[in-house]
Parts: sequence; structure tokens; C-alpha cells
Amino acid sequence: MKPVPFDYVRPQSIAEACAALAREDSVIIAGGQTLIPMLAMRLARPACLVDIARIADLAGIREEDGAVAIGATTRQTDAEYSDLVARRVPLLAKALPFVGHAPIRHRGTVGGSVANADPAAEIPLVLVTLAGTVVIREAARTRAIAAHDFFLGPMMTAIPTGAIVNELRFPVWAGERIGVAFHEISTRQSDFALAAAAAQVSLDADGRCLACAIGIGGATPVPTRLDGAAEDLIGSTLTDDDVRAALAGAIDTVEIMVDTHASPDYRRRAANTLALRAIAEARDAAQQVRQGRA
Amino acid sequence: MKADLNVNGKAVSVEVEPRTTLLDCLRDQLGLTGTHAGCEHGICGACTVLLDGEPVRSCLMFAVQADGYAITTIEAVAPAPGELSIVQDAFCETHGLQCGYCTPGMILTAEALLRRIPDPTRADIVNAISANICRCTGYGQIVEAVALAAKRLAGSNVPRALPPGDGA
Repeated sequence: MKPVPFDYVRPQSIAEACAALAREDSVIIAGGQTLIPMLAMRLARPACLVDIARIADLAGIREEDGAVAIGATTRQTDAEYSDLVARRVPLLAKALPFVGHAPIRHRGTVGGSVANADPAAEIPLVLVTLAGTVVIREAARTRAIAAHDFFLGPMMTAIPTGAIVNELRFPVWAGERIGVAFHEISTRQSDFALAAAAAQVSLDADGRCLACAIGIGGATPVPTRLDGAAEDLIGSTLTDDDVRAALAGAIDTVEIMVDTHASPDYRRRAANTLALRAIAEARDAAQQVRQGRA
Repeated sequence: MKADLNVNGKAVSVEVEPRTTLLDCLRDQLGLTGTHAGCEHGICGACTVLLDGEPVRSCLMFAVQADGYAITTIEAVAPAPGELSIVQDAFCETHGLQCGYCTPGMILTAEALLRRIPDPTRADIVNAISANICRCTGYGQIVEAVALAAKRLAGSNVPRALPPGDGA
């Protein structure tokens, strides 16, 4: 359980980090909570680690242009304990406690989870569900990639070689009555998700659905939005029957992962059930907003 | 490669390979063998130390990454040689340890929990220690120990000592 020898550099700026990544077999380390086990098991044998964790421009949480922007190297617990995240991106706040265990979240970074693109990861699922964007930095330029174009497959993303994830943008929904829910099944608490579902709904004063976002992960190679089902629910009051009808067949055409941990049939059923629960819970939470004010 | 660390309130300078984990550095170079090496890939929690007062896996970081943090190991938990902290004492009293391998990690996890949440619910305690594996499966007594420590700390009229460097 000892990594192979490697060099270690700690650039002070994004430009320096991009330059360091030009070296062959160099990899980025931020929190290292996925990379270091890979190194320990010698599944990864890089020549050089480029530590971006102390680059000041890469960390921090702020709201601008209708989104909460979270710097790539922001620690997961910093996002979890953030008031701004809790108020403006409550779905992310709901999902973060499912990410590993607290000691992992103290070191693990929000951007690292996205760049790693594990199918079971919660932060990518929230980012895709909310139709967020990933801002990446290449040597000379910055560009934004929509989350649904960013995740290409298990552990595969659209990040070009030598680029760095700069920040993630989670859209903030307008509206008074917003509810969110996140559900996940794993074999042990905080283990990898076999299936997960995220939902966010916005209701009008009469309880009708103005906006709805549903995403599933864990079961699928990449986080997947159920846009058809979400559209069917707009204008409804999100009764259990409405939700069941909208979800019927929605997951049948979605690619489900095959591995030794759970059968595709199980994962499909679990994802469907979790999506149902998530929407119902998000609905109930949104309804509470009105009752709380009455 | 040189790494300047702050371990248990003392500044130390070590010469390490970049691949040396903080765990191996603490044990092999600084002789702090109270931090236990378990799975060495982040699963078991035996190697837990506090970094600026928060529990982390010392096997999941390299010593060269650890400069600038206040690192607290189990050796710094007791108030004086031969004494036990309130949390350690509670573990003894409730039989919260059997073989003792997971205990340093459990104690540090509990110390951090009780600083953040002085009056934890059972769910808070279970959630916190779920990050640490006890292969003797003595979880029942460990939960009891943390609850007892919380009660005693609440009733204690001695100000809580924060770990060195934890200015929070």
C-alpha cells in the first residue's frame, strides 16, 4: 500500500499549474481522497503530482449572475456548512452529507468530485440535475461547459488534457416555494451509491408545479436528467399519481450500468423508486413553505 | 523534500519523499505511533488525526501537503502524562475499547464531534463514528462512551482546552 515514487510541485497560480501539467504523466491533486487510494494501490503511477489546493483563485463560494459559483478546490465540508449554499442551492446542501464520510469531506474538494466523474458521485448528479456548468481553465482561456456535455462516461469528462476545473456554477431558481430532496441507496452508510435520485420543484401559490428538475445517478454511467418526466409534471399538483404516471417508462430507455454490485433490473427499479420519493418529498417541502407563512 | 509541520503544537521539520503519507511520517519519522496504520487507503479510519481541529485520514494525505495546518494526534489529547482526557476516560469506563486498534481514531473523531456539537444526539454520534471501523464491533459501547463524555463535558466547570493552533 505504498505509492510509486513521484515528484510533487505546488504551483502558486492557475497559469503555473497549467504549465506544470504540460509535463508527461503529471496529474492534478486537490483533496486527493480518490487519487491517493489509487496511488496506494498502484492503480495510478504518475510521474508528477501538481497540487492545486493552495491556489487562492480556485477556492471560495459566491453568488453571481443567477448562480452560486463554487471554486474547484473548495472543500466539500466548506460547501456543506455554507449558509449561501443552504439558502440558494439547497439541493447541493442536501446531497453533500452523502459524499463519503466527514473526514473525507474535510479534505475532498467540490471540483475534484466533478473532475473525477465517478458514476456514484453526488455532486455531479446535483450539477447535472440543476443544469449547471463547469468552468474550465486552459493555458490562456476560460470556458464554460454545460454539465450534461461535461460527463462523458464513468470517470470520463470533456476536460482537455492540461486543463483545470476552475469553478462550478449551480443555477439559483427564482420563486418562493421551492422544495428539494436527495435519496440514495448504498450497501453501507456513505458507501458508493447503487442508485441515487435528486429532485427540485417550484410551486405556485395554488400548489401547481412551475418548474421541476429530476436527475438519477449511481445506476447510470453518467448523471442523467429525466427531462421528459419533468416536463410532464409542469402544471400538475404533483400528486403521487401524477408523479408515478410521469415516471412510468421514463427510466426504461436510460442506459443502466452493469457490474457485480447490483443487477441492471434492480438498479432501474431502485432509481425509479428513489426518483418517486425524491419528487414527493420535494413537493411536500415546497408546500411547507406556504404553510409556514400562513 | 523538506516539509515544515506543526504537530501537537510543536514546529518540526522533516525530510520526506513526496510519496510519504502523513501517517507514515508521523509514525516512522516522528515516532508518534499512537496514530494507527490500518487499511492505508482511506476506508478504516484507524489513522485519523485532526487537521485544524477536524478529523481527516492521515493515510490520505502526503506529509508534503501538510504544512500550514495544526496537526493533532492522539498523543496530544490527554491533559498531562499519565492522565486521560474526559473522552478517553469515558471510553475506559463504558468498555468502549476491546483490542484498541481503532481507539485513537475513535477518540479523535469523538473529540472533534463534541467540540462542534456539544450536545449530540445518538444519530449525530453514530454518523460521526460511521467513518471509523471497529473490527471488534464494539459500536454499542463506543456510542455510549461518546454520550457519557458529552454529559461529563457539559457538567464540567473546567474550560475546554482546544488543540494547539485551533483558533476557531
